[in-house]
Amino acid sequence: MVTQAFAQEAATPAVTHDAPVDATHADPTAGTHATTEADGGAHASDVFPPFDPSTFPSQLLWLAITFGVLYVLMSKIALPRIGGILDDRKARIDADLAAADASRQKTDAAIAAYEAALAAAKAKAQGIANESRDAIQADIAAKRTAVETDLSAKVAEAEARIGKTKAEALTHVDEIATETAQTVVSQLVGDVSADSVRAAVAKVSKE
Amino acid sequence: MAGTDPIHQFVIEDMFPLFTVGGDGTEGSGVHFAFTNSSLFMVLTVAAISLFLILTTGGKKVIPGRMQLLSELTYEFVAGMVRSSAGKEGMKFFPLVFSLFTFIFVANMWGMVPYFFTVTSHIIVTFALSMLVFLTVIVYGFYKNGPKFMKLFVPAGVPGYILPIVTPIEIISFLSRPISLSVRLFGNILAGHITLKVFTGFIVTMSSLGFLGILGSALPLIMGVALTGLEFLVGAVQAYVFAVLTCMYLNDAIHPSH
Repeated sequence: MVTQAFAQEAATPAVTHDAPVDATHADPTAGTHATTEADGGAHASDVFPPFDPSTFPSQLLWLAITFGVLYVLMSKIALPRIGGILDDRKARIDADLAAADASRQKTDAAIAAYEAALAAAKAKAQGIANESRDAIQADIAAKRTAVETDLSAKVAEAEARIGKTKAEALTHVDEIATETAQTVVSQLVGDVSADSVRAAVAKVSKE
Repeated sequence: MAGTDPIHQFVIEDMFPLFTVGGDGTEGSGVHFAFTNSSLFMVLTVAAISLFLILTTGGKKVIPGRMQLLSELTYEFVAGMVRSSAGKEGMKFFPLVFSLFTFIFVANMWGMVPYFFTVTSHIIVTFALSMLVFLTVIVYGFYKNGPKFMKLFVPAGVPGYILPIVTPIEIISFLSRPISLSVRLFGNILAGHITLKVFTGFIVTMSSLGFLGILGSALPLIMGVALTGLEFLVGAVQAYVFAVLTCMYLNDAIHPSH
């Protein structure tokens, strides 16, 4: 039995080429049924197994069942789930990127505000500095003018006094000369009337 | 006996029979339905995909763990494929393309485990999947564009006198899509698994030939290792190709004018 089956199977490739024709013409199980039983219920007929039409109904039935189940499981459970995971991840990444972008814009705005404030403060400080410098300068100028006016007034006054004193002193020169001359003359000559001395001094000082 | 037979891995065995439609009640008549090893691996495929995607994304963490990241990468990989091939409108077919891609990919990966059955090594499965795509394209194409969908067969900017030649070619290429789509996947997986089995079978055959045979069996062993790597690649690439072509065909349904 073993050798018979082996011989049969070994001969199988030889009939492969016209197997489909054979399969349609001949009753697939006719004549080989005894060996089929011996093979444990297999469809081992004398045709090449892939071209044995007696196996087709079962294969088609189970292909339809299993592939149908696969299609339903894939389209209803697995693929939506994986697609959901991928979408979630994409949404999350996008959201994170958007948040990062928003934060960056916020930072930029803060930096800009800081710089604006800084510039304003600088400008203000400069304004205050200018103002106070101007004020101080004005103050100094005013004080200097006041002092200068005061000084020039004092100078003028002093000059006037000096002039007056000088003039006064000059008026006293004649008298001093008269007294000196009277004293000198009285020592040398004797008494001389003050009036004649005065007239002589006046006559000399005129020359 | 089945140890080195490269075809045995494609045999479909009933695990438990379900029901028979029609027939006269005798053995072999009517359309027989059963839970087979193929059905088992379809169920395992769907279970693996669904459990992985649903369990790893249960936390819905904003910062994903490794497993959740794997689910997200798969999602974005297929979503990017649909978006770039079929545009934003094509996203309504995203669950379909995603299911197709993961189903074929995981079924191929299950098939790489020794003694496991490869669902996509049967033409009826790949043909059913490609007919699903084909019919979706036709139904949606006519639903959305009405008769304008026929513009698909009349490329714009082609001179009138060439149209009688071009249009039949376009129609034939359109109609052959489900065939090419299904045969590409089926053929790659089938041929790859047969090659792998044949080469690794050599190891057993040669090493039973004595000392020199054991030495010599290193060659098919190396080949087998290399082919295993290649098969993982083929399994992944064919799932990708199926999904990309689905997107491009859907793009035709959405934007029929070339």
